Amino acid sequence: MEQIASAGGSASPPTAVTPDPSFLRQVEKAGGATISPCFQCVKCSSGCPLTFVMDLLPNQVIRCVQVGLKEEVLRSDTIWLCASCETCTTRCPNGVDIAHLMDTLRQIALRENVTPSQPGIVATHAAFLAEIRARGRVHEMFLVARHKLRTRNWTRDVALGWEMFRRGKLKLLPKGVKGRKWLKERVPRVN
Amino acid sequence: MDQVLSYYPGCSLHGTASEYDASTRAVCELLGIRLEELEDWNCCGASSAHAVDHELSVLLPARNIALAAKADKDLFIPCAACYGRSKVAQAAMTEDAGLRAKFGEAVGMEYRDGVAIRSMLDLLADPDVLQRIRAGVKRPLRGLKVACYYGCLLVRPPKITGAADYEAPETMDRVVEALGGTAVPWSYKTDCCGGGLVLGRPDVVGRLIDRLMTRAVEAGAAALVTACPMCQGNLDTRQKDAAQALGRDYQLPIFYISELIGLAMGHPKPEAWWKKHLVDPRPLLGTI
Ligand code: SF4
Ligand code: SF4
Repeated sequence: MEQIASAGGSASPPTAVTPDPSFLRQVEKAGGATISPCFQCVKCSSGCPLTFVMDLLPNQVIRCVQVGLKEEVLRSDTIWLCASCETCTTRCPNGVDIAHLMDTLRQIALRENVTPSQPGIVATHAAFLAEIRARGRVHEMFLVARHKLRTRNWTRDVALGWEMFRRGKLKLLPKGVKGRKWLKERVPRVN
Repeated sequence: MDQVLSYYPGCSLHGTASEYDASTRAVCELLGIRLEELEDWNCCGASSAHAVDHELSVLLPARNIALAAKADKDLFIPCAACYGRSKVAQAAMTEDAGLRAKFGEAVGMEYRDGVAIRSMLDLLADPDVLQRIRAGVKRPLRGLKVACYYGCLLVRPPKITGAADYEAPETMDRVVEALGGTAVPWSYKTDCCGGGLVLGRPDVVGRLIDRLMTRAVEAGAAALVTACPMCQGNLDTRQKDAAQALGRDYQLPIFYISELIGLAMGHPKPEAWWKKHLVDPRPLLGTI
């Protein structure tokens, strides 16, 4: 099973580009980490546990942002498959906060309505935030139901859900937070 | 260590991880630590708010911190994800006056801080607490070989968690040894299990889980021990699918560290916790 070989394969960036700094500026303005110190040592990607399914390696994402390959980055699987495990950020010798950069890229992709390469993962975030909007807390059964409504995958995990219910892991009645009025206004809807 | 702590269970401990909540409360009682649940706490935003809206991912935990500041006690957060997000938010609020102003506007509360946020590891790393655990063992876990699995957010990033041993933590290993059990050495203590991706890409998560499970078995472990409801839930509920998809035959109970402490300290009703596990730990516990 240890075939981590396909890493960084499928969507290799073009080999010749005319650098365009506007995307880098947009990312930095959106609060996404200072990435210019990166010297492409690839330590981030070496320790990343998700490279086996990523199309761009984390160090390639950085390079793409630097040279302005906005489409390639925002349409990549990588920005959604990153599990926010913080290994890259912890290990980067230049203090680049790669995990935070991934967050910023997701936010830009959502704001600009880029069709997500990983709709099932975006649906998780959408369902999660909808739960917070509704009650201020997340009820796992409702979370899964919302996810199913969005992905229309009715059969997945049904047996598991039943098993969890049988063991009393799923409660029936959700509880709301009293101080939740602000959430209606503040929590964004994710399409 | 304060003997009275504010307690933030978070959504998981009120739901699928109710055995973590129950065993944590039970252990604190055995250790003479009183927990006062934070009144009207809200979700910390966990693995989603930060992917969608940076500011919101700070405001959500910040409200809980402000509530804890009113209660004026250290804030104990046993969920690794809630702990991580709350620590990130606390640092952001300290650094950024703009966010503090936003907080007042959006939440309609005054932000106060000065709260020490403690994870399960912080609690267990206290030498006095470890001593009390050791002294309170009634039923040593002799013969129980476990791999302690720390995952991501209890230790990373160290500039947020303050963890010194973030690549190879030992806190739970020491507790297991204090309980009379054996913590096997292994190299995957802080590798990610992919918890946040489980609804969207269970196949990918299966690969991550499989790596952890096979390595734990190779290291000689008969079970894993965690201090994170996402790790425990993920490994407990998804290992069957992972094993099936990849042609393996592991089946390891996944304990919360609090369950093992409670068991060894002679808590009268650990049965109620075991019932919530998909991989039933009772056959294994029957052998020790
Ligand atoms: S570890 Fe840091 S410096 Fe090295 S490639 Fe990654 S981001 Fe660049
Ligand atoms: S935070 Fe994301 S990119 Fe960084 S190591 Fe973890 S999964 Fe890979």
